[in-house]
Amino acid sequence: MFEDLNDLYQQVILDHSRSPRNFKKLDGANRVAHGHNPLCGDRITIYLHLDGDVISDISFEGSGCAISKASASVMTTTLKGKTIAEAQKMFGQFRELVTTEKADSEELGKLAVFAGVHKFPARVKCAILAWHALVSALEGRPCTVTTEENPTVPKP
Amino acid sequence: MSTAKHHHTPDWAAIRADFPVLDQKVHGKQLVYLDNAATSQKPLPVLNALRRYYEHDNANVHRGIHELSNRATAGFEAARERAAKFLNARAKEEIIFTRGTTEGINLVAHAWAGTHLKAGDKILLTEMEHHSNIVPWQLVAERTGAKLLYVPVTGDEGLLDLTHFDKLLKEGVKLFAVTHISNTLGTVNPVADLCHRAREHGVVTLVDAAQSAGHCPVDVQAIGCDFLAMSGHKTCGPTGIGVLYGRKERLEKMAPYQGGGEMISHVGFFKTEWNIVPHKFEAGTPDISGAVGLHAAMDYLDKIGRAAIFKHDCELAAYAYERLASLGRIRLFGPKTNHAGLVSFLLDDVHAHDVVTFADRLGVALRGGHHCNQPLMHKLGVESTARASFYFYNTPAEVDRLIEVIGEIRKFFTPKH
Repeated sequence: MFEDLNDLYQQVILDHSRSPRNFKKLDGANRVAHGHNPLCGDRITIYLHLDGDVISDISFEGSGCAISKASASVMTTTLKGKTIAEAQKMFGQFRELVTTEKADSEELGKLAVFAGVHKFPARVKCAILAWHALVSALEGRPCTVTTEENPTVPKP
Repeated sequence: MSTAKHHHTPDWAAIRADFPVLDQKVHGKQLVYLDNAATSQKPLPVLNALRRYYEHDNANVHRGIHELSNRATAGFEAARERAAKFLNARAKEEIIFTRGTTEGINLVAHAWAGTHLKAGDKILLTEMEHHSNIVPWQLVAERTGAKLLYVPVTGDEGLLDLTHFDKLLKEGVKLFAVTHISNTLGTVNPVADLCHRAREHGVVTLVDAAQSAGHCPVDVQAIGCDFLAMSGHKTCGPTGIGVLYGRKERLEKMAPYQGGGEMISHVGFFKTEWNIVPHKFEAGTPDISGAVGLHAAMDYLDKIGRAAIFKHDCELAAYAYERLASLGRIRLFGPKTNHAGLVSFLLDDVHAHDVVTFADRLGVALRGGHHCNQPLMHKLGVESTARASFYFYNTPAEVDRLIEVIGEIRKFFTPKH
């Protein structure tokens, strides 16, 4: 009955939005970045532990809609153990997927469940929010909360 | 046009037929348009007026000597007179055409506050203001060194806490700006009483009538404000046109807003004399067709009667509020009684954005987000709400459809309940 809606809100997405994985502050994180969607107020904080150029651990906190929460959750499960370059490549493919549906779903693995987003242009930002935060964390760009304000996070 | 002026209750079904846009399917479902606080739909008489203007009368205003220019000028000035009557201004010189409420407020912030305020002066706002009635004052405060103060909001029920209002007014306040009807909470503020009290302390007042002018009778003399800003597009008129009412003696002491043609009486290479009020504030070619369309919209609304419209809006909102409340696991914002024609809500189990996306696919147009009320949302501890906002062409059956759709949404997102 709701073909597009079922494509958008796949069971995997609903499951991750109800019980997000890696949904916590990461003790010992050495990179932190915040993503904020000013249009809807969604906020997501990404915590990373980088071991050289490998993401040895990743988690997130925040509040948002089913799409932004599930996207962050699936992202964290996908990126553990990946290199910075691999993560950045994946972001490119993921962005392609949610805007055009055209992406190599085999390479994207579980992330492919977000293909339905492309039919909902207003929701693309929700799907990408966590990835934007991830990229600024990877690049060590200054973010809304600096490491100085967060005693548990050592300076990179 | 089909109205029933001589009956107590207008023929709402016949009136709805004046809005062709409502008669369509979106995503294969009958459209239920409940985003009227964002913008209203336009009735045929307004669409016809725009077409007639461009087909017969189009020319620039105030400068031409030829026939079409005379007609365009007459149409533009007739719209000014109509707007003065719509708001019960004393004279048409008190009506300035703007792009909308936002520009009206910016005009006052620039041309009045920018020259009348000095460091240490206070601007009093309320916590329920739209960003457009906060940010222009922040910009003025930055320029002049004035400070902002806020009348608090009581919480989810969304009333102004007026306990310390008079005390606040005495703290060097020079300007008080307040919304007539809150676009998020649906609160109807007692603007006449507030402006009266402000005036007693010599405070200049501005009323944001974006949500009220097209929905209920608005009388600037009864309210007693110095300025009042409204938008055409929320009032059955076109986008891009709005009205700023300003008390004449205030307008005359104000600096110009923008420089250009129309707003001058004599220009030299180094010195210019301003045109008289209101033309001093209307630089450049105005939105002539917009004013003509707004004229038709004001005629349309007043033929139905804004008191009848308000009664209808409020009854729909009260019905929606009651049915939403009975669903349970829902947080409702705004006063329980006496709220205007909109309801903001938050399901305990589904985020507002998911509600709005899902409802859209079932044909129901809602708004989800912070409604340009970020500071208020922050105070209420929420990031966004879903909002259903009504107008006179909406029906109780559409409220029933909204409730049905929320049932579907819940079944989809939280099937276990």
